[in-house]
Amino acid sequence: MSTSQTTTDHHPALAHQFDSMEQQQNASTFGMWVFLLTEIMMFGGLFTAYLIYRIKFYPAFVAGSTSISVSWGFANTLVLIGSSFTMAMAVWAAQRGKRQMQVWFLIGTMVLGAAFLGVKAKEYTDKYQECHIPGHVIGKGFNTWGGCSASDNKLGNIADEIREKDPNIPEGAAKQTAHQTEIFFSFYFAMTGLHAFHMVIGMGLMTWLTLRASRGEFGPQYYTPMELGGLYWHFVDIVWIFLFPLLYLISRHHHGV
Amino acid sequence: MSTATTIVKPVMPERHYLNDNYGIRSWLLTKDHKRIAILYLITITFFFFLGGIFAALIRLHLLTPNGELFQSDTYNKLFTMHGVNMIFFFLVPSVPATLGNFLLPIMIGTKDLAFPKINLLSWYIFVVGAGFALAALVTGGVDTGWTFYAPLSTGYLRTHVILLAVGVLIAGFASIFTGLNFIVTVHRMRAPGMTWGRLPLFVWANYATSIIMILGTPVIAITLILVALERGFHIGIFDPNLGGDPVLFQHMFWFYSHPAVYIMILPGMGVISEIVTCFSRKRVFGYSFIAFSSIAIAVFGFVVWAHHMFVAGISVYSALVFSVLSYAVAIPSAVKVFNWTATMYKGSVKLDTPMLYALAFIGLFTIGGMTGLFLAALGLDIHIHDTYFVIAHFHYVMVGGMVTAYLGGLHFWWPKITGRMYPEPPAKLAALVTFIGFNLTFFPQFILGYLGMPRRYWAYPPEFQVLNVLSTAGASILAVGFILPLIYFAWSLKFGEIAGDNPWQAAGLEWETSSPPPTHNFDKPPVVTKEPYHYGDEEADGVH
Repeated sequence: MSTSQTTTDHHPALAHQFDSMEQQQNASTFGMWVFLLTEIMMFGGLFTAYLIYRIKFYPAFVAGSTSISVSWGFANTLVLIGSSFTMAMAVWAAQRGKRQMQVWFLIGTMVLGAAFLGVKAKEYTDKYQECHIPGHVIGKGFNTWGGCSASDNKLGNIADEIREKDPNIPEGAAKQTAHQTEIFFSFYFAMTGLHAFHMVIGMGLMTWLTLRASRGEFGPQYYTPMELGGLYWHFVDIVWIFLFPLLYLISRHHHGV
Repeated sequence: MSTATTIVKPVMPERHYLNDNYGIRSWLLTKDHKRIAILYLITITFFFFLGGIFAALIRLHLLTPNGELFQSDTYNKLFTMHGVNMIFFFLVPSVPATLGNFLLPIMIGTKDLAFPKINLLSWYIFVVGAGFALAALVTGGVDTGWTFYAPLSTGYLRTHVILLAVGVLIAGFASIFTGLNFIVTVHRMRAPGMTWGRLPLFVWANYATSIIMILGTPVIAITLILVALERGFHIGIFDPNLGGDPVLFQHMFWFYSHPAVYIMILPGMGVISEIVTCFSRKRVFGYSFIAFSSIAIAVFGFVVWAHHMFVAGISVYSALVFSVLSYAVAIPSAVKVFNWTATMYKGSVKLDTPMLYALAFIGLFTIGGMTGLFLAALGLDIHIHDTYFVIAHFHYVMVGGMVTAYLGGLHFWWPKITGRMYPEPPAKLAALVTFIGFNLTFFPQFILGYLGMPRRYWAYPPEFQVLNVLSTAGASILAVGFILPLIYFAWSLKFGEIAGDNPWQAAGLEWETSSPPPTHNFDKPPVVTKEPYHYGDEEADGVH
């Protein structure tokens, strides 16, 4: 149109290839879901490999799973669910154009995300000290029968833990099972590592969203980036909801089978 | 508009996407899907010829039976780099990232893809991945074979496997982004009147390809990450020495890499559907069957992967199921071939260069597809598994099929992309030379494989030499066929005839805009009122 009277309905955030804000939002949200589908396939490959080895080395997976701290894992689950709540609130605030509220909820989300990563770092450090990092590249090399630290022979001794639970198991068999936990820990680090990597990217996204929210860019007309950031954050959260039982809770209910 | 009685010499449009802006920045920071397509075109042309050089060296080496030209290590690197280059850096992006990128938005009548920045990002990611692959190449190459089989890749070899795996992994994200963009664009950006039942078959084919790209590629990504982790940190995920299962690697690898061969052929089938109808001057036969056979191939493609593993120790029952499912892929493929043939039946077929390539495709793809059934048969596969029969089958589909379709498509849409015609006589010659060279190269390999020559071997018994010499001779003819288009396409950029909007009198939105199209594709947003491929309606239109 030659006159500029109609420009009021042309939002500054409307990209040239779209006809309307509605089409833009539809397309962007749809694109995000498609992207999350690729993420599901990526984690799905890892989960499938995990499941196959869990069936193949079930006693070792039980032993490895019991040796990691379920309380830290549970704490982290609560932290992440909490962060999903603050994220949902940030999206809610964006839809209503509440600028301060968006910023605070985003900061809350980031604090909880950082707390999660902090706990994860603490757990990784424990594994390092117990010599439960698979391979022999990081730390003193993988060791599950008490050869790790000179001062405390018990540290990270999974073979002993297996025999404490069931003294009928011969020492050689216990040591073999303990040795096989290496593959459990390979998956533990691969899966939680890939998840943590997604968390770090999420933290970057949150920073960018906080910046844009503080400039007051989001309101009832336009909150797509916030919504997409939320979708991503919830997805990463849900991945953890699957990781926690798969890694931390194997056969906790019946010991010594 | 003037009537058809006076022939109006076509003129270049004053403003189009190529002269909208000048300078290197306007290209490297462009968000125009047409320019990104050109960036991809240049990049993959480089990799096509690089991969071609490796192929030439392989064929040169195999002239003599005793492996006189290269050391066996070097030979292993040559076929690895040939495979990786051609598959991940040429075939996967070939039609989708170039012709698809250029045409898909125009064909459905929109200004651009849904996410232009992600489209540009896809090219940069591709270049970074390609950089890693080139770095692996110049620091000594990799000798795992393009399949990266564990534990060979994870432990035994001392070459730069991680570097190359990371390169392929990164390039994978480029293809995910292209697929994501196509899917969202087709769903959300179609012009008014462009219903699903009116989508050009090229768009259907690229849509089906995109489904495979977004669902398959992430699995190869995680597989390569695990290979790199295993290699870097000496953990045992696939290495049996460390408790891992090498067959699991093959399952995960082929879960992507089998569907990936449909990434590499479906867009080519889309190109052929467009060319065959245009040069038969007839409505396409069985539109919805061709459209849905693309989707069927994409879906079946995900449940046939273990036919690569019949001799890898999988159970006989799962082998049986995968064999039957592999046969099922033949159904939608045959639907396409029959429908193209039926489209030509009683049409007024014109043998311009694109049509020559399309005819070559139909024949060569049929041979390639049929020999695939030999390989899907459990008993026969034990005999011909890992022989040159597999190589010949694969190249009949990938070179005889996809490269032929790519070249045909490039000729067909060259006037749209550049605004100028390529010269017809050398183009026809090139199509003929390619066809002869291709068959001479790869047909003897069927016989070689059937007689028992294994693939990837550095030396062979002297009785195989005659067929190997024939194959190498064919390869040198094929090289001429591939270099010729490079020359006359470059020539036509400056000296080619001005093409005009619609030099083929073809149907489809891309022919309704100018050649080359303006930056926003259409001067007026198009509204679609006609069925696709309305070639039969021309006489009725011509009355007025």
